[in-house]
Amino acid sequence: MPEITFVRSRSILRDRLVQLLVYAAVLVVSGVFIWILADLVRGGVAHLSWNFFVDSPRDAGRAGGIGPILVSTALILLVALVVALPLAWATAVLLAEFVPATSKFGTIVRYSLQVLAGVPSIVFGLFGNAFFSIYLGLGFSILSGGLTLACMLLPILVSTAEAGLRAVPENYRMSAAALGMSRTATLLHLLLPAAAPALAAGLLLGIGRAVAETAALLFTSGYVERMPGSLLDSGRALALHIFDLSMNVPGGDAPAYASALVLVVLLLAINIVAMKLAYGLQRKRIMPA
Amino acid sequence: MNTHDIEEIQRSVEKQHTFTLGPLQTGPACCDPQPIVQVKNFSLHYDNKTALDKVTLDIYRGCITALIGPSGCGKTSFLSAINRLTDLIPNCKVVGHIQVDGVDIYQSACDVQVLRQQIGMVFQKPTPFPLSIRRNIELPLREHGVTKRAEVEAVSEQVLRDVGLWHEVHDRLDSAALSLSGGQQQRLCIARALALKPKILLMDEPCSALDPIASGVVEDLIVGLQGRYTIVIVTHNLAQARRIANYAAFFWVKERAGHLIEFGHCRDIFETPVHQLTAAYVSGARG
Repeated sequence: MPEITFVRSRSILRDRLVQLLVYAAVLVVSGVFIWILADLVRGGVAHLSWNFFVDSPRDAGRAGGIGPILVSTALILLVALVVALPLAWATAVLLAEFVPATSKFGTIVRYSLQVLAGVPSIVFGLFGNAFFSIYLGLGFSILSGGLTLACMLLPILVSTAEAGLRAVPENYRMSAAALGMSRTATLLHLLLPAAAPALAAGLLLGIGRAVAETAALLFTSGYVERMPGSLLDSGRALALHIFDLSMNVPGGDAPAYASALVLVVLLLAINIVAMKLAYGLQRKRIMPA
Repeated sequence: MNTHDIEEIQRSVEKQHTFTLGPLQTGPACCDPQPIVQVKNFSLHYDNKTALDKVTLDIYRGCITALIGPSGCGKTSFLSAINRLTDLIPNCKVVGHIQVDGVDIYQSACDVQVLRQQIGMVFQKPTPFPLSIRRNIELPLREHGVTKRAEVEAVSEQVLRDVGLWHEVHDRLDSAALSLSGGQQQRLCIARALALKPKILLMDEPCSALDPIASGVVEDLIVGLQGRYTIVIVTHNLAQARRIANYAAFFWVKERAGHLIEFGHCRDIFETPVHQLTAAYVSGARG
């Protein structure tokens, strides 16, 4: 009988089992994504053509394309970001750099943002309708829709930017101060560039949510599928178009599939571009990982 | 490698040892001590904890003053009180006076940015910014109004030569400062501080995060700076304090507060200490 044995023990079997389960979970998750993508491609790719991207919808969207809808979506997104980004990043800078982490003020602001993040988008839609469309008299317009989306994006943008700024090592602040640099210069030249990947990630999440938003736009930017003439015109967002085609238009399945495919590919493209941008910014600032 | 290259290398090696930053500030080191920093009855509190209790001490122009003592005795707090970096620490309160060149730095009229330009600081862990080597020096310079490209480049080269880094990095100034070795990073941080033409340099254990060879290089550099700058250095390495310092201040924790026990010529502190705590600490019996 040898003194040392190399028999497989039960714990090895248990490790194997856990490994198997983890791989299975990954397989299921990526499987769902691939299934959705494949389904969209199968149902929509035949309907795609250059004209689909530039033409106006005809016959309630059964024929024609999504040209004006793409324009409306882009305009709504633009309004939302132009309004939300400066507000959100300024708030994040205040919370992370100028208010002590444990202060009452900071806690209250953070808590209200958390509540805001949990509000269902249909509630934002009703609020936007009551406040922007009716009270401020903006009506069903791209402006109302964009402003409503801006309110929705604030919590995501603030929390990601704040987390990003807090993750910047304290010694940057200390050594910048020790070199007699002002807080503004430290913020602009060191802290914000160091937090850029986090800012970009937040922006990405925000764009993703905004592009895919339906309920909040239902009562604010409206249904009109014409090419918008100004920000005060009503404009139909892409997600809303898909909703309308699949729920209200019999025989609208093919264009709905095609539009959904465009939406998903758009989201993927935005993701990739933003990643590249964040990486490029890091490289430019020479920040090794 | 041809003779031209060899000459070039020789020239750069010679250059690296020539200091370009100004003449010595004092005559024979520390024979005729003039105080540049005067600390009077200075206490420092965090919340309700006292880090320093009634410290009175003069720091002399052009000399190296070493602050020694066990961890938690307030040496680093004392150091960061001199350039008011303590302002950045929440709930930090100071009582008493610190005068730099006769001006009380804790009065409201004192411009902290100018103060910190005059009093450079080097930290224990090298803290280059995540920028290029060039930008690391350029950024604080521009902040202090040196914006002409030629001037920025001249100063950068000068200080990099002063810390002996120029011949190591002159052909890759645009690469990442964080790609340098630890010792190089620390010398870059010293160069960055020197670029602002400070009068005083505060160093918080500048060698303790470095390997022995890099530590030796930085120590030689500090000795080279003596006389040109007033240096206050915190060190846990007693042998190092003994090698490089003109004056030494010994801090100790009494009743959970940091106290200055003894201050004097470095040799006296190590060879003929007055206080028995000092004697026990420098001989290695306590601490």
